[in-house]
Amino acid sequence: MSKLHVSTTVNGDSVEFLCDPRETLLDCLRDKLNLTGAKEGCGTGDCGACSVTVDGRLVCSCLMLGVEADGKDIATVEGMAEGEELHPLQKKFIEYAALQCGICTPGVLVAAKALLEKNPNPTEEEARYWLAGNLCRCTGYDKIIRAVMDTAADMREAS
Amino acid sequence: MTVKVHLWSGLRALTGGQAVVEVEATTIGGMLRELVRLYPALQEPIDAGVSVSVDGRIMASDLTAPVAAENEIYLMQRLRGG
Amino acid sequence: MALDDQKSVFKFVGTRPDRPDGLDKVTGRAKFGADAYAAGMLHGAILRSPHAHARIVKIDASKAEAHRDVKAVVTRADFSDKVEFKPGLAGEFWNVLENVMAGEKALYDGHAVAAVAATSALAARDALKLIEVEYEVLPHVTDVDKAMAADAPVIREGAADYSVPEGLHPNVVRYHESGHGDVEAGFAEADLVIEDSFTTEATHQGYIEPHACLASLGGDGKGELWCCTQGHWIAQKTCAALLGIETAQLRVTASEIGGGFGGKTTVFIEPVALALSRKANRPVKIVMSRSEVFRATGPTSSASMDIKIGMKKDGTITAAEGIFRLQGGAFPGAPGDMTAMCAFAPYDLSNVRQVGYDVMANRPKQAAYRAPGAPMGAFAVESVLDELCNQLGLDPLDVRLKNAAHDGSKASYGPTYDQIGLVKTLEEAKAHPHYAAPLKPGQGRGISCGFWFNHGGETSVSLALSEDGSAQLMVGTPDIGGSRASMALMAVEVLGIPYENIRVTVADTATLGYNDVSHGSRVTYASGLATIKAAKHAVEKLCERAAAKWGIPVDAVKWEDGCAVPSGPNAGDFDPLPLADITANMGATGGPISGHFEATPEGAGVSFGTHIVDAEVDPETGKTAITRYTVIQDAGKAIHPAYVEGQYQGGAAQGIGWALNEEYIYGEDGRLQNSIFLDYRIPVASDLPMIDTVIVEVPNPGHPFGVRGVGETGIVPPLAAIANAVSNAAGVRMRDLPMSPPRILAALKARDG
Repeated sequence: MSKLHVSTTVNGDSVEFLCDPRETLLDCLRDKLNLTGAKEGCGTGDCGACSVTVDGRLVCSCLMLGVEADGKDIATVEGMAEGEELHPLQKKFIEYAALQCGICTPGVLVAAKALLEKNPNPTEEEARYWLAGNLCRCTGYDKIIRAVMDTAADMREAS
Repeated sequence: MTVKVHLWSGLRALTGGQAVVEVEATTIGGMLRELVRLYPALQEPIDAGVSVSVDGRIMASDLTAPVAAENEIYLMQRLRGG
Repeated sequence: MALDDQKSVFKFVGTRPDRPDGLDKVTGRAKFGADAYAAGMLHGAILRSPHAHARIVKIDASKAEAHRDVKAVVTRADFSDKVEFKPGLAGEFWNVLENVMAGEKALYDGHAVAAVAATSALAARDALKLIEVEYEVLPHVTDVDKAMAADAPVIREGAADYSVPEGLHPNVVRYHESGHGDVEAGFAEADLVIEDSFTTEATHQGYIEPHACLASLGGDGKGELWCCTQGHWIAQKTCAALLGIETAQLRVTASEIGGGFGGKTTVFIEPVALALSRKANRPVKIVMSRSEVFRATGPTSSASMDIKIGMKKDGTITAAEGIFRLQGGAFPGAPGDMTAMCAFAPYDLSNVRQVGYDVMANRPKQAAYRAPGAPMGAFAVESVLDELCNQLGLDPLDVRLKNAAHDGSKASYGPTYDQIGLVKTLEEAKAHPHYAAPLKPGQGRGISCGFWFNHGGETSVSLALSEDGSAQLMVGTPDIGGSRASMALMAVEVLGIPYENIRVTVADTATLGYNDVSHGSRVTYASGLATIKAAKHAVEKLCERAAAKWGIPVDAVKWEDGCAVPSGPNAGDFDPLPLADITANMGATGGPISGHFEATPEGAGVSFGTHIVDAEVDPETGKTAITRYTVIQDAGKAIHPAYVEGQYQGGAAQGIGWALNEEYIYGEDGRLQNSIFLDYRIPVASDLPMIDTVIVEVPNPGHPFGVRGVGETGIVPPLAAIANAVSNAAGVRMRDLPMSPPRILAALKARDG
């Protein structure tokens, strides 16, 4: 089967690639665009390690085909920082030790950013349920939730 | 010097029922060699892996660690972590 | 080992600076196992047995080999035939080889039987379908007790070692027995004796990163391997043995690792990738799918246990006995001996006996999971203790305090305890507001103690100073939990330079001496001790340079706050000489300055923990909510407290999953039914409360700063603490894990008749 040509925008950059119609968006981001921040933890949309946003909506990139990305606006963890300036969530995660091995961290950050863009004042329960799609095996989620809640408070105060 | 080595109960069958064996040694390595010399059947468990507790401190593998008559010495199964 | 004076006042240790690899990990820059690519790279895929037990009659790979996208196919014949089978664990290389690629039999659902390397991942996957395997299906067994029964199918003859008593089934491969005193006399003295049986099912470490590697091996026996591993030297020597090449010719680089917990202390796909690469003469990348990880890596053992404990009315334990049967898959290695040795370890007992069995079954080869063997035993023992307390009307913490092991107690596994922190954790638990907090109706509280040995292990560390006064630290233990930060703190504590001026690198096998795996809670202890010693070694040399510059004897110089200073007024009147001033011209004053330490440090301290859990059971659905959780554990000395807290919280979370939901479910056909995260349900953020932690510090005399390992003990108490909480909440004793909703409902129904 011949490959299909895809034109899309990733983290604000126009990109193109060829892909097999069976390849997922995750495969394409990683293997064709060298954006290895999104990870495959399960391939079935259960772990959230592959989280990206597509036209502002949080999705598991392992559940989307590469060809479906044509014409879309995709944001990955690599686009969260602005040059040297980390996103407040990224800074807080380091400060609060909200990561241990770090494999879930890109997905959690993308998901948390999407949460705060939608709901700048989440309760602990809302944050936990929003992030229930991002598995972490190392931290028990405690420091992650604290980092998200406190970043939300910081961002509210700054605005 | 003479050191006393305590064995776990599963090993007693290999030493004719002895729970504590006395050997001449100054290091853990020497002690293990002597144990096997006295009770050749101990070769297999020692090869399979043993840790040695000396006064409560568990030596996972150091054959050069000293042993003395006043130490409390226990042979234990090799510890494995995760 | 002669110990340095133990430090107790610190400038850097105990603070909470940002971890050095933090930026890489929050920006997606950090490279994990699957994040490597090489020019000309092929993709490997592995064909796996769909049968739990079958003779492999024939493998016909001709169609796959003929496919133009396929560049190599391997089977067992492509591995070394010099690896020798030996009984028990003596022949571990053979056991690993047999697991990595099946020989005459497929031994479990998912067992690798062949592999291909093709020009794309999809092509490799498709090519597997072209390999024809003829199987003769055999009867299988997956349950530990059934695997010991006389009529159980034999997994392998002759695998039992010297320890196994006569008359047991060939599937019983190792036997452990230990204890002291007279348990029968002890039971006779008791006012109440409870005897009960418990089971736990196999669980998986559940690391979010599947195994992945990129291998390159030439016909000349020289190779490179990139893989996510807890121990690249072990990977190196194992792969070398399996491929029949010289160890030193294989250079293994550890990627960042997305979780291990013990499951990545061995090899599964790496030898296969190397074999494919050698045959294809191109680099080969293999990444496991999640389903492959569950089916064919190393879950824990499952356990079947009988416990008998006798107690007096005043709470004194008079005797304790435990029989622990564990199956570890189709190979020796189930840690029945560890279960046995740890089960009663928190208690000071005159009469104790423990027996552990290592049994084979048609399941994947078990691997370590954080304190391997200990959680199962703690679950059973602490449940019986709880039951004794309930029936005698005694407070569970008071009973544990009454019987707790302390400095000078004889451990259940034999030796006398040195300085230990169990009593301190119990006292902290008793004083903690959680213990006094009122419970709502329908809620129950459970507590449990836990014990783990902790480990030393072979360690090499090098520290090199740069001309500008910054430092580079090379360690050999992959960073699985933030250890780079702790290593940096310990090094700068000795050197006296700012934390930001040191860079910690995890070296590869070609650039540093041998290192044991990152396991056994050993990294902060052993790599940390080695770091301190390597830094001191460098400091000695710095002092020598200062002494030479000043023209005074070297023992007249000491190191203070990052500078060489005269050790006393008689030594001379010299201004402090900062490290950077010494290194600026080190090339001219004697050469580059480095410090090294290579040794197998012994003296890792044991560690204890006490957990308090509140749980609420919904009697209609059987669902359990954990409403409050407190971990109290002895760390000896917390180098970076935030990462110590992280270990406590992580261990508790895994324990919660193991207690409430996680289990390997096998069908009648011996196939794994739940091999994806949807059906193997680990805790998610909405399942858990905040997990409170209390770091107790009873310094370990075997480490210069008092460090005890912390990574593993945290998973030992949760199973029992939660079982006790749930049993108290639901009003019925739960004896089988996990306590999933259907099991709780069934127990409630049985209770109510």
